Amino acid sequence: MIEVISRTFTPEILMYLLGGAWLVIELSVIIVILSLFFGLILALLRSYDKFILGRIAGAYIEIFRNTPNLMWVLICYVHAPLPTAFMRCTFAFVLFTSAAIAEIIRGGLNSIPKGQFEAAYSQGFSFVQTLVYIVLPQCFQNIIPTLLSQVITVVKDTSFLSMVAVAELMFRSRNVLSLLPRYTGQTVGIEQVAAIFGFAAIIYFVINFTLSCLVRYIQNRRAARTKGRGEPAAAADKA
Amino acid sequence: MIEQILSLQSWMTFLADWKLFAQAFGVTLMVSVLALLLALILGVFFGVMSTSSNPVLRGIARGYVETLQNTPLVLQAYVFYLALPYIGFMIGQISVGIYAVGIYHGAYIAEVVRAGIQSIPHGQAEAAASQGFTYVQTMRWIILPQTVKIILPPLINQMVNLIKNTSVIALIGGTDLMNRTNDWATTGECIYGPPFLVCGILYFILCFPLATWGRNYEEKLKRRDVHTTDKPAAKEAEGSAS
Repeated sequence: MIEVISRTFTPEILMYLLGGAWLVIELSVIIVILSLFFGLILALLRSYDKFILGRIAGAYIEIFRNTPNLMWVLICYVHAPLPTAFMRCTFAFVLFTSAAIAEIIRGGLNSIPKGQFEAAYSQGFSFVQTLVYIVLPQCFQNIIPTLLSQVITVVKDTSFLSMVAVAELMFRSRNVLSLLPRYTGQTVGIEQVAAIFGFAAIIYFVINFTLSCLVRYIQNRRAARTKGRGEPAAAADKA
Repeated sequence: MIEQILSLQSWMTFLADWKLFAQAFGVTLMVSVLALLLALILGVFFGVMSTSSNPVLRGIARGYVETLQNTPLVLQAYVFYLALPYIGFMIGQISVGIYAVGIYHGAYIAEVVRAGIQSIPHGQAEAAASQGFTYVQTMRWIILPQTVKIILPPLINQMVNLIKNTSVIALIGGTDLMNRTNDWATTGECIYGPPFLVCGILYFILCFPLATWGRNYEEKLKRRDVHTTDKPAAKEAEGSAS
């Protein structure tokens, strides 16, 4: 096995695969940042605009939450009006992820009691001031674990891009497998497949497990804190 | 793409092949149902296991959940499809879809079930034990029936995700709705508009009623003030589900 590993992971192949891993991280970070921005706008519209814009935001969220991500990747890869494949795929993911994040943020907004608004208004805060200084900070504090779970989903879903030839980790792993005989003179057997897929799995696992440990840590800390204060675990926690 | 949706010509070409799409939709439906069954079985099994007092059983359940939840479904499908033949298991793309999606979502459902069980006060299990119920009997007759109501909303959420994730079959070349749409659109005259619109609508009519029902049910529970919201475990279930 050791011999197989050392023959399979030549420096070039290793760098190639790690490059794919880096692309996964890069994609995920860009997607999450953009989606947070658009998701926030969508959530605010859906929650506080009762007229046409709120309806549109609602319809957008429902459409994207109930169709597969892969479908939007396939559509945008060909039809999005953007110059590079990387940007088109990011665009597809942002379309999809901002709807998911909008729902998470809306859950957070719903959990803020109405009294907070009334109290802020009575102190002369405007609507925007109330949102920025009072409601949103509490909302984001409550939804951080759920948001991190969504980040994990994004990291995993970037592997869908292997279908449209964006050279991320999954695509490169398959590529290496098919080219292995030519580069290292090995015939591909179970050891080689296990080594390459195992390597990809470990990379994904390390990224996601770190994130999910963070989720659990935050949840436990919060549970301990609310218990300590003797409050009925704030209904606000519900994301 | 927009002009294709508006053009009658491309709709005629598309509708001439409607049988292909109907059949592919049938495959997606079948995979969803069978994968859901598998996921439910695995989910309840491992969910109960992760609440047992035996550390080995708990460890196995944790390992299952963490491994499956932290690696992409696409990778798992590739392992089933590309790696298993080397050790003598040849399975078709559709079956790979059922196994991969079922096992993957089994991990999520296990977490939902675990959170549900932990939200039932421990006294119930003790009371049952004092009446001579065995562990399995306690689970079957006392604990699990009570969790159903609590875990239903996150479970519905998982079902919607499961239906959407069956599209992973497209990556290994099975003929589900997603792959059929993409294949049909990218060959010949490259008519993208109608097939993708119909594909989206078909997924939507599978998922939307489920999702809406789940949400309404959850709100009804909340209004009735059932004890779902004041236990940290129930919250976690929703966290991991969304």
